[in-house]
Amino acid sequence: MEPLNALVSVTNFMLIPALAYGSQLALGALGITLIYSILRFAHFAHGDTMALGTAGVIGGTFYLQAQGVSIAPLPTALLAIPFGMVVMIGYLLAADRLVYSYYRRVKAKPLIFVMASLGVMFVTNGITRLLMGVGETRFEDGERFLFTVREFRDFTGLAEGMALRSAQALTIITALVVMVILFWFLNRTRAGKSMRAYSDNEDLALLSGINPERVVLITWVITGMLLVLAGTLYGLDKGFRPFNYFQLLLPMFAAAILGGLGSPLGAIVGAYVVAFAELGVTYAWRRVFTYLMPEGLEPTSMMQILPVDYKFAVTFAILVIVLLFRPTGIFKGKVI
Amino acid sequence: MADPVLIGEGMTGGYGGADILHNCTIAVEKGQIAVIVGPNGAGKSTAMKAVFGMLKLREGSVRLAGRDISHLSPQARVAEGMGFVPQTSNIFPSMTVEENLEMGAFIRRHNIRATMEQVYELFPILREKRNQAAGELSGGQRQQVAVGRALMTEPTVLMLDEPTAGVSPIVMDELFDRIIEIARTGISILLVEQNARQALAIADKGYVLVQGENRYTDTGAALLADPQVRKSFLGG
Repeated sequence: MEPLNALVSVTNFMLIPALAYGSQLALGALGITLIYSILRFAHFAHGDTMALGTAGVIGGTFYLQAQGVSIAPLPTALLAIPFGMVVMIGYLLAADRLVYSYYRRVKAKPLIFVMASLGVMFVTNGITRLLMGVGETRFEDGERFLFTVREFRDFTGLAEGMALRSAQALTIITALVVMVILFWFLNRTRAGKSMRAYSDNEDLALLSGINPERVVLITWVITGMLLVLAGTLYGLDKGFRPFNYFQLLLPMFAAAILGGLGSPLGAIVGAYVVAFAELGVTYAWRRVFTYLMPEGLEPTSMMQILPVDYKFAVTFAILVIVLLFRPTGIFKGKVI
Repeated sequence: MADPVLIGEGMTGGYGGADILHNCTIAVEKGQIAVIVGPNGAGKSTAMKAVFGMLKLREGSVRLAGRDISHLSPQARVAEGMGFVPQTSNIFPSMTVEENLEMGAFIRRHNIRATMEQVYELFPILREKRNQAAGELSGGQRQQVAVGRALMTEPTVLMLDEPTAGVSPIVMDELFDRIIEIARTGISILLVEQNARQALAIADKGYVLVQGENRYTDTGAALLADPQVRKSFLGG
């Protein structure tokens, strides 16, 4: 039995990737939950706007690289994030002015908003593909690893190796910092409190002199920043393909609904649950159990519950189970 | 006699369909308590909402301190010094008591602390629970939060839509005592009440509405003593 090797193996292939993936989902799910609680609809264009914002960052990165700008060992993309955020916020505000503000004025039902956002999703998707193509774009540069498998093995003398990619470390740290700032903003600032008040009781917020259009504006701005961060970190980690970003819509919604729609803390918890479930169910546990079981009892199969291709099925199952048995989610959010 | 602090005069109108109010007049003097009572469906709440600008008047006008405010939106009326406590969903449930009060003072930037201190003195229990989510409080305490939130704008007129609905008799007496205290500080109070007898007992002026019209208007004590009113509206 070699529990230490088992631990290293599971950390390398499951914990670190799930933590990074969960952080990316969390940043996206936070935007979904914010839009749901302020604008009161499910923002279906979330994944594709994320792709467009990331495309902005990639454009900025390529420009900077062409100018010879580098902040190695960090990826150049970090420098381009502010530019991507400006593009993204501009796009979201334009979509709000052109599409959603009309439906707010006529007090349309939430379902109509959802359908409108579906339209925005298709348009955004088309724009992104026109700009970036449908293939994969890699824009990661700088130091790829904080430490590699070989370095780790040489250092510890263990049979099993572990690597930490810079994109993963960057993702986890950024997500943590952003979450702290977001909670500080929502709980301590006047603007943040007015958002919570508006989410709690729209009519009373109006009576208290809170300007709804301002609250909506702040919501889009924050969502835009979260989207660009999430999209850039995901792209650095796994490469940029528009279709992958569209597919992120499902796990992001599953995370927000599982945590409880309207609850920022719920979105974060939900995101990590979804990420760990997706990877845990599709991970081949054979290596880990080989280390853990007594000699002669090693597993002969892959010990994989589902093939990796089915990871979205896991998320979908979570979504269905939550909607059936606890539609308010973990932190008692609103029912969709 | 000078114009009352707030008067809705000859109000006629409804929510778009048939008129609910017919030539209805409601007024309140400075530092006094005016109470609107009447049977179910008499248009009590509607009359108050009309004064607050939440429905369109076909005829009549609303004046605050002599100024015509008929054209102002409810939000603008809040800025002009009218405080309104709706009957239901009148707090921010997921926010703390203190945040509820802060939001009440959203349009004010200065000296919020002093006003908050006054609210805490009026409702000491709120000071104790100031870091608790308002939605977790009991019905009576929630009403105190709701009234406190409205007081944070430092209104000249405070309007309460059935503040004692769904609270126990003890809490109701307590709330009425607080309302009298608020009136003593010079704030005029306009109150819609289901519990007509108790409300008229604290009223300087009472309005008995029936089918959107003024049926009886007098001092609270006189209405309580009026055999007609007693027989028809106070259960003998």
